[in-house]
Amino acid sequence: MFIKEYLTDIYKGTKSLLTGMKRTGYYFVRPREIITEQYPDNRETLVMAERFRGEVVMPHDANNEHACTGCTACELACPNATIKIITKFDITPEGKKKKALDTFVYHLELCTMCGLCVEACPTAAIKMGQNFEHSVYDRSQLTKKLNNPGSKIREGVE
Amino acid sequence: MYTETQIIKDTTQFSSNGHEGELVINVGPQHPATHGVLHLVITLNGETIKKVEPHLGYIHRSIEKMCESLTYRQFIYVTSRMDYLSAHMNNHACAMTVEKGLQIEVPPRAQYIRVIMDELTRIASHELWWGAMAMDLGAFTPFFYAFRERETINDIMEETCGARLTMNYMVPGGVMADIHPLFQQKVKDFIKLFKSKIDEYDELVTGNIIFQNRMKGVGLLSKEDAISYGCSGPVARGSGVSCDIRKLYPYEVYDKVAFDEVLENEGDSFARYMVRVREMHQSIRIIEQLIDNIPEGDFQAKTKAVLKLPKGEFYTRVETARGELGVYIVSEGGTTPYRIKFRSPGFSNLSALDHMARGSKIGDLMAMMGTLDLVIPDIDR
Repeated sequence: MFIKEYLTDIYKGTKSLLTGMKRTGYYFVRPREIITEQYPDNRETLVMAERFRGEVVMPHDANNEHACTGCTACELACPNATIKIITKFDITPEGKKKKALDTFVYHLELCTMCGLCVEACPTAAIKMGQNFEHSVYDRSQLTKKLNNPGSKIREGVE
Repeated sequence: MYTETQIIKDTTQFSSNGHEGELVINVGPQHPATHGVLHLVITLNGETIKKVEPHLGYIHRSIEKMCESLTYRQFIYVTSRMDYLSAHMNNHACAMTVEKGLQIEVPPRAQYIRVIMDELTRIASHELWWGAMAMDLGAFTPFFYAFRERETINDIMEETCGARLTMNYMVPGGVMADIHPLFQQKVKDFIKLFKSKIDEYDELVTGNIIFQNRMKGVGLLSKEDAISYGCSGPVARGSGVSCDIRKLYPYEVYDKVAFDEVLENEGDSFARYMVRVREMHQSIRIIEQLIDNIPEGDFQAKTKAVLKLPKGEFYTRVETARGELGVYIVSEGGTTPYRIKFRSPGFSNLSALDHMARGSKIGDLMAMMGTLDLVIPDIDR
């Protein structure tokens, strides 16, 4: 009786091992089913998802104009004090003072890509960019100025 | 200066009763099998475990304290960093607590999306656990098979939520954005793929004789002990405790879908393993029922720009991949919470490890720890 059980155990054990090995062998001879992407080699063809949150960017149009009014809604929405907005006063043709964006400071090193600033923006002036390769040699390079030099607010955006 | 004998004497002082022949081993904080910075002080008598003492705090980031200085919209993103494998459920619990305080009615479309996302996250989490569990026992290949399917879920998440792991997709009142136009088709493709692949899991690991011998009858946790240690989730259900929040206290649309609460009565490591494997099938069942029936409408309820919870205390709980997560908010009526407490499943599940491991061999410890499905940032917060 003991020998019979012993042999049954060996048979069952070997069978279970072979079942697993069969599955491994199946993929070994079918390299087409491998889904691994060879990352830095495929950088040219790599397409990130449209909504992927890589960094905050401020789109500018052809006339070097943006849609930021300097309302600081994003600054208030940010949980990590990633955004600092410096405003200035422009003089309108009528001679009135008008608040405008001077510098949009973005601390990439503090950003967790939660997307709350983009949600909060009333004029859709900022959006999340797809770039995720952020490594630099010095952390001071991570503090960015998002509005282009000499840019101004687009006509009609309030 | 120490002489050699003195050093040996000094190490024995660490054992609880100072008996000669006892050996104290430190596993971690940097150890590949603890899946993070968990530090276990194990007292051994030969190869037999006498005591396991978890030392916590290596990844404590004081999330509860941080939340006190963040507004009700901002604090949700931090909770993705607690149990990062069920980030959706953590965000869900927080959003639900704020909604409870403000009495916001969540639109049906948002409820459906939330539940589908929760179940996708649960599958992704169990997949990672399954791969890591087999890797703990020395089988390296299953890890890659598990990640193959998990990658599909991550791609779906990336497309709709904008991130692969820390989604921050739930906001008070609904979800941050509507689902991607391709979302439904991709989820259906995933279900089809997953159904064809899940049998491989049983072939590779569940039926394997080495795996079964190392799991069956190891790490016994009785029903009574599971309750008294406060275990929840698959750990408690493996001991036969009915504790599924989705079934017992349904939230969102869980009362409209048909699914079974998975229960195993053995209470050993293999029972806990089987609970998770069977739960993946149930999650697929839930998604199948919901994916074609997402109602039209808003994905987010209209909320005020600044959220202020009324004075009082609010508590909600959800079933994460690891068990019951409770979010407790004390509000003084301001824009930030006065106090936030998270009841995390990992902490209670870990506390049962000492009871399980006593008297068993040290080689079985990693098998037991694997079936607890520990995520260390969830324990420390």
